[in-house]
Amino acid sequence: MKLNVALAQIKPTLGNLNKNLDIHLEQIAAAQKKKAQLILFPELSLTGYFLRDQVTDVALTLKDKIIQRLARESKKISIAFGFVEQGNDAHLYNSTAYFEKGKLKHIHRKIYLPTYGLFDEQRYLAQGDRMRAFDTQFGRSSVLICEDMWHPMLPYTAVLDKASFLIVPSSSPGRGLSKEGKLQSSQTWEQLNRFYAQFYTVFVLYVNRVGFEDGVHFWGGSEIIDPTGKVLAKAKENKTDLITATLSLNSLTRIRTQNPLLRDEKFELTLRELQRVQNEQFKKPF
Amino acid sequence: MSKTNNLKNLSDLLTIDAKYVEQILVDFIREEVTKVGFSKVVLGLSGGIDSALVAVLAAKALGPKNVTGILMPYATSSKESISDAKQVIDKTGMQSFVLEITPMINAYFKHFPRASSLRRGNKMARERMTILYDYSAKENALVLGTSNKTELLLGYGTQFGDMASAINPIGDLYKGQVRQLSQHLKVPASILDKPPSADLWLGQSDEQELGFTYDEADLILYHLVDERQTREELIELGFEAERIDQIQRKVQLSQYKRRLPLIAKLSLRTIGRDFRYARDWGK
Repeated sequence: MKLNVALAQIKPTLGNLNKNLDIHLEQIAAAQKKKAQLILFPELSLTGYFLRDQVTDVALTLKDKIIQRLARESKKISIAFGFVEQGNDAHLYNSTAYFEKGKLKHIHRKIYLPTYGLFDEQRYLAQGDRMRAFDTQFGRSSVLICEDMWHPMLPYTAVLDKASFLIVPSSSPGRGLSKEGKLQSSQTWEQLNRFYAQFYTVFVLYVNRVGFEDGVHFWGGSEIIDPTGKVLAKAKENKTDLITATLSLNSLTRIRTQNPLLRDEKFELTLRELQRVQNEQFKKPF
Repeated sequence: MSKTNNLKNLSDLLTIDAKYVEQILVDFIREEVTKVGFSKVVLGLSGGIDSALVAVLAAKALGPKNVTGILMPYATSSKESISDAKQVIDKTGMQSFVLEITPMINAYFKHFPRASSLRRGNKMARERMTILYDYSAKENALVLGTSNKTELLLGYGTQFGDMASAINPIGDLYKGQVRQLSQHLKVPASILDKPPSADLWLGQSDEQELGFTYDEADLILYHLVDERQTREELIELGFEAERIDQIQRKVQLSQYKRRLPLIAKLSLRTIGRDFRYARDWGK
């Protein structure tokens, strides 16, 4: 199975849904021209990131016509995009929806909402409570939104749940200057993406945004990493871009034979020992 | 290792990739100006390094025709300040004009002939601010800030004077980093080489007035602010306790200058506290 995937490194406007929908439609058309079968957008691609009190104004249910418009587009090309989801529990989530052939295949609600430093997500949004892989027409996948990727237990769960490619939408603000140009934030991400790709033997599709919000800049640098840690495609930094690569999903057999880390993973031992750690945790005084 | 050597090694921490920072700041100016519906900017050109750097960045971002530098000397401003500012204008091709503030300042202080130099300096800075904002309204041009991170943290500026602006491209760069970026952008040598001065009176020097060098302040601030290190850790690195305390005190005392005025909380939703929107709301 081959998958030609496109990553749309866009510059959303803050809280302007219609403008952002137009950006999505343009990118979808451009990706189709490049013969892509799947297009991925960054975290909160329909809304922008530092929404604060605007979250309630831009929240959408899955029935909203903007979502339905993108659902229709997915008859031509599979699409994953980000938005503020108003759940049926009336809570707001930082979500990514995956549509294929006009149907919702999966929705991931961001689990780890960063609330430190320049981040304030948990003030405005509810945490997702599940980590699931799901089947697409190309193979099994999982979505991890930005900070989700920083908690090793989530990509770990995703690969044990048999994901072949990880979709990682992000709105990563650039920070930490260095002598060599690379920001600390981009260095960290590149390290993470390569590490998980190689040690969990999985494709990593990291799609970040660009542009400025209140002086904070998003650095881009989206990338597609294969399960040996090799970079298949890399977007420019700080500029809008649309990159594509063809994933040979069949190569996983060869790669996981050469590097059978997942095959040898001791699932039950991990569960048992985690259970023991948990049981013991509250037996001891502080 | 001697103390000076150690500080030299530490200063490496503040070395930037000037080309990369230039790109971010040029994009910052272009985006934050144009997305709110503006195409022009205005700034005060003092002849110093900070405003020279901002002028060069703005000319790159918006084109020199869209950037206006206003020279606003007072009677005691040094002649070099004017000639240095003119070099920046020639280099960038930006728009500019001179507007002396001497008549306005003197008219005011006729009422207060014994006013301190602090009051006079503040008044000059605020006079310049009103000129920039008047021009902003006249020409639909956003006011660019030119305060660097070192002076913002030390509070070495006039609130609602030179600290006032719509957007500030260099407020997260320490003074030494401003110098690095200015070198990279080929800011005229006479500006790079002269000692920094607020030029409020003859022969004034920032470093003399502050009582320490910018290099030292940059490093102490970097460790305290960016690295969140403690006093003890800084002493271990070779900084003098007295100097650390002096700088820490300045940062704390000037916190009010970096914030909006306090609002007495009464309603369920108060501006700045629980009424929270990005300034780029919908942009």
